[in-house]
Amino acid sequence: MLNAYNILETIRMIQDEYLDIRTITMGISLLDCIDTDIDKACEKVYNKIVSRAGNLVAVGQQIETEYGIPIVNKRISVTPIAMLCAACPDGDPVKFAKALQRAADTCGVNFIGGYSALVHKGFSAGDMALIKSIPEALDVTQNICSSVNIGSTKSGINMDAVKIMGQIVKQSAERTADRDCIGPAKLVVFCNAVEDNPFMAGAFHGVGEPDCEIHVGVSGPGVVRAALTKYPDASIDEIADVIKKTAFKITRMGQLVGARASELLGVPFGIVDLSLAPTPAVGDSVAHILEEMGLEMCGTHGTTACLAMLNDAVKKGGVMASSTVGGLSGAFIPVSEDAGMIDAAVAGVLSLEKLEAMTAVCSVGLDMIVVPGDITPETISAIIADEAAIGMVNSKTTAVRLIPAIGRKEGETLEFGGLLGSGPVMPIREKSPAKFISRGGRIPAPMQSLKN
Amino acid sequence: MRAVVTVIGKDTVGILHKVSGICAEYNVNVIEVTQSVLQDMFAMIMLVDITGITADFSVLVDRMNSLGKELGLSIHTMHEDIFNSMHNV
Repeated sequence: MLNAYNILETIRMIQDEYLDIRTITMGISLLDCIDTDIDKACEKVYNKIVSRAGNLVAVGQQIETEYGIPIVNKRISVTPIAMLCAACPDGDPVKFAKALQRAADTCGVNFIGGYSALVHKGFSAGDMALIKSIPEALDVTQNICSSVNIGSTKSGINMDAVKIMGQIVKQSAERTADRDCIGPAKLVVFCNAVEDNPFMAGAFHGVGEPDCEIHVGVSGPGVVRAALTKYPDASIDEIADVIKKTAFKITRMGQLVGARASELLGVPFGIVDLSLAPTPAVGDSVAHILEEMGLEMCGTHGTTACLAMLNDAVKKGGVMASSTVGGLSGAFIPVSEDAGMIDAAVAGVLSLEKLEAMTAVCSVGLDMIVVPGDITPETISAIIADEAAIGMVNSKTTAVRLIPAIGRKEGETLEFGGLLGSGPVMPIREKSPAKFISRGGRIPAPMQSLKN
Repeated sequence: MRAVVTVIGKDTVGILHKVSGICAEYNVNVIEVTQSVLQDMFAMIMLVDITGITADFSVLVDRMNSLGKELGLSIHTMHEDIFNSMHNV
């Protein structure tokens, strides 16, 4: 039964509290586009994407009108391109990036993810060529996202890949220094990457997925915060309950939109990703939820505990609201995309070390963090290794998306604009981890991997 | 199929008349209306049947939006499924 209170609550959530569907992402397998001739392969890739996703944006807009709920992004994820590169070892992988860009332009989506390689245990044909081409690919395209999985709980951490990724991140920033170093903002280094993630920049379409499917990523930090303001003196377990109820409502909406999109597009419904994804808009911040719980500023002592509770409550509330939950599911903490995190970082309250601790209890990892431009590739690699170790040992996804601000120092700011926001350059440790990184090899899989 | 039209804003003469006029124009039947005026703030929720709608639903949404702009009111026209799915287990 409809009642006036519920109707007005939904409208208030959308109008005043930034409730939206963050993304509908179509996952498309490109395994049938593999060809020994790279130009033929690129043509097949373009044709397949356009034939499957040609309607995606129009369908998204139709659902927005029907339900009156904004769908902020329409995106596509594809099979890791390194697998296509394997068949054409003499071709330049950047050709695939350009083909993907053409497909993105034709379909009108704002990102295609999947310029990716999975090298957590070692490199196979195509992987190295693709990884080395990432800086150029991110430089010559605008809407293509790249990711590399360098570790997993089952296989350990590929330290050779970690070493290379430090260099790739740095080169990527250097090549795009004239555009506020936008390159590495589209590049994620994962441990335990998931195959059905609808969120960028880390989305790719795993090989275990169907030929084509539709995923939905929900958002709503503003709604959670607004709900908490009504309980200024409640105990933490009562607050957890409020978050659960709110997450349930948000996720139900995601489920509805996903089911409708799947019906209209005629492709199977994949998953709902129950994440709290912040935007730079004031009132749409995960940091502000933590502050509403009683922290003077995000990043101070107590932040990890608050975030752990938030992350868990979001999942508990959301899991019953959707038939299939997947993706990353949890609270995101991208620094430059969250007004409260930016303030806390500028004030020096939120440090890289605290962020690292926070990533042990929430979704993903060190995300959209701006570091000094003179950072060495070895230090970037070491940060990646630290973060991957947290993911490996805790059997969770962790990721690193660092942006070296070429030519800038601590105290200055990088402006990306739009959803990527802006970030202050955060201080890093000066002592070198170069010897450790130069060793290469593999960190063996931990005891946690022996579950059989 | 049913949709919910909500109108919130400053009370003026003829709001209900204009909103239901647009509904009639597209063969949309008004099933239920609740409205309240607190001081001079007007809030109306209208449940309508869109099974026999003679145009695309988006046309109705656009017309309601432009009426809202014209009168300085916030008018939302949404499929009822969103409320049912968000607020019922």
